[in-house]
Amino acid sequence: MSALVLRAGRRSFRVERRTLWLSAILLGTILALGFVGLCYGGATWASPGEVLAALTGAADSVVIVEWRLPRVVAAMVFGCALGAAGAIFQTLTRNPLGSPDVIGLDAGAYTGALFAFTVLAGTSGQLAVSSVLGGLLVAALIYLLSLSNGLSGLRLVVIGIAVNAMLQALNSWIVLRADLEVAMAAGAWNAGSLNGVDWADLVLPLPILAGLLATLLVWFRPIQQSTLGDAVAATTGVGLDRLRLMMVLIGVGCTATVTAVAGPIAFIALAAPQIGRRLARTPGVALLPAALTGAVLLLTADLLAQMLLSPESLPVGVVTTAIGGCYLIWLLTQEVRRR
Amino acid sequence: MTTRLRARELTLSYGERVVSTKLSLDVPDGAFTAIVGPNACGKSTLLRAFVRLLRPAAGTVSLDDQQIAAYGSKALARSVGFLPQDPLAPDDIKVRQLVARGRFPHQSLLSMWSQEDEEAVTEAMETAGVSELADRPVQELSGGQRQRAWVAMVLAQRTPYLLLDEPTSFLDITHQYRLLTLLARLRDEGRTVVAVLHDINQACRFADHLVAMKEGRIIAEGAAADIVDAALLKEVFDLPCVVVPDPVTETPMVVPTHFDDP
Ligand SMILES: Nc1ncnc2c1ncn2[C@@H]1O[C@H](COP(=O)(O)OP(=O)(O)O)[C@@H](O)[C@H]1O
Ligand SMILES: [Mg+2]
Repeated sequence: MSALVLRAGRRSFRVERRTLWLSAILLGTILALGFVGLCYGGATWASPGEVLAALTGAADSVVIVEWRLPRVVAAMVFGCALGAAGAIFQTLTRNPLGSPDVIGLDAGAYTGALFAFTVLAGTSGQLAVSSVLGGLLVAALIYLLSLSNGLSGLRLVVIGIAVNAMLQALNSWIVLRADLEVAMAAGAWNAGSLNGVDWADLVLPLPILAGLLATLLVWFRPIQQSTLGDAVAATTGVGLDRLRLMMVLIGVGCTATVTAVAGPIAFIALAAPQIGRRLARTPGVALLPAALTGAVLLLTADLLAQMLLSPESLPVGVVTTAIGGCYLIWLLTQEVRRR
Repeated sequence: MTTRLRARELTLSYGERVVSTKLSLDVPDGAFTAIVGPNACGKSTLLRAFVRLLRPAAGTVSLDDQQIAAYGSKALARSVGFLPQDPLAPDDIKVRQLVARGRFPHQSLLSMWSQEDEEAVTEAMETAGVSELADRPVQELSGGQRQRAWVAMVLAQRTPYLLLDEPTSFLDITHQYRLLTLLARLRDEGRTVVAVLHDINQACRFADHLVAMKEGRIIAEGAAADIVDAALLKEVFDLPCVVVPDPVTETPMVVPTHFDDP
């Protein structure tokens, strides 16, 4: 049997063996990359022994515990959130291109955050709320514009790409008009960056993302069932309207929360679900593999961002955009050829 | 004849386009009902209203005297199973996995895969004759094999009501008869079967209750022997024909003659 079933009384739990193995391997990779991330930073290496000592509290190291650890934790959790959000939206739109970063949800969340920055006081609470609202507004806008064709199909993606472009322009305009200080901060942040993320930045986002990802687990089975198409999903007991609303809320919540802290980080949401699905070889959605692949990708990209022009540290978004751009072009050509 | 599944005075439309008005149908319980009619006359639309995929602009569909609109998603799915005309399987899904998806309305977060789920899936695959295909990807099957895999999925749902939209299309003649025989057997075991069928002779042979539709209306319904004659075929299908007894089952058999205007 390809699935593992655990039973206890009336309760039963089922998981595909391959998914289990893959998840264990990905988790191991994540921990290994995280450890490397703790060893390296600011163009200097700490020895594994030093890192272990700092982690266990045997030695004091502000650099490792207060600087590098939050950055590594952020890369792990944000990567998971982006990978999951990508899987949700690609499932919702039935299109590998229908991911939040491509259809403008990142940009919308960023517009919301810029609003909080320039018009409001820019506290982390305001940032979180207004970036979620920005993401939701964009989701609603795209939905309305592509209503005549339903949620799926290339039309929604094309509209999303156009909306994304317009929002990028709007965001640049806001940054240009803003005070120099705000503009500098926003500009660095626009590229999506984990530079300088510390524990204080993560106090709010971590529990929010943990909550969203836990909710997602609860909804996983109906999401899986929804890949049978609207008719069969509905007649086998999926409440599609409620499910879609939940998916949009969770997906936008994940994207916007990450954007509020790190700015838009492209590519992870686009690529992680596809890579995860191919690795897991499960039909439909591979949510867990997508999330874990997202973490692997973001950790890797962040290490690259720190090493490429060392001692200068690039924003991780620059790295992901550069790689992601190539992937996006390839995907678009595939998609156009398919029609 | 008892009925529990009923449509009353339905108006069915897609936006501005009205397909049916004042359409009523009582589905006889424990019987095999076949719906026939020319293309685009609203057969699928009616079936979709019965399974709540289409909300009627007016009128109601009820099951056990309760409107189906009031049922929970899973509760309705445990009573009424549906196979659409052109279901689409997700990429990379294997036959067994597809059939297992039929168990969804019986499962929950704490009961993801019970012993009964396992049995229902095995039984459904055997009944539909796809046990040997269990580990094959659905994409790689022939049209007929794929159709039977989908039938197995609906069977795994173990619903007392089975509604199928053109289940015999894509099947070769042998598999058409096998599937219809299977549906008749399920009827014998106490299930209520409703199927849209294209072949009027098959419908006459297998159905207890025949429903002939045209332009969104029901022109005639009843036992095939009581309603099927050349006049009905002329009216519903505009087909010149003679009706003779089927040499095997004595049910009406339609033999087309020549068109007046070739
Ligand atoms: N989704 C839809 N949107 C608009 N019109 C539709 C839709 N589905 C079916 N129709 C129209 O409704 C009528 C009845 O269709 P249908 O019930 O599918 O016919 P049948 O199943 O008898 O061939 C047809 O004229 C068809 O064009
Ligand atoms: Mg039809």
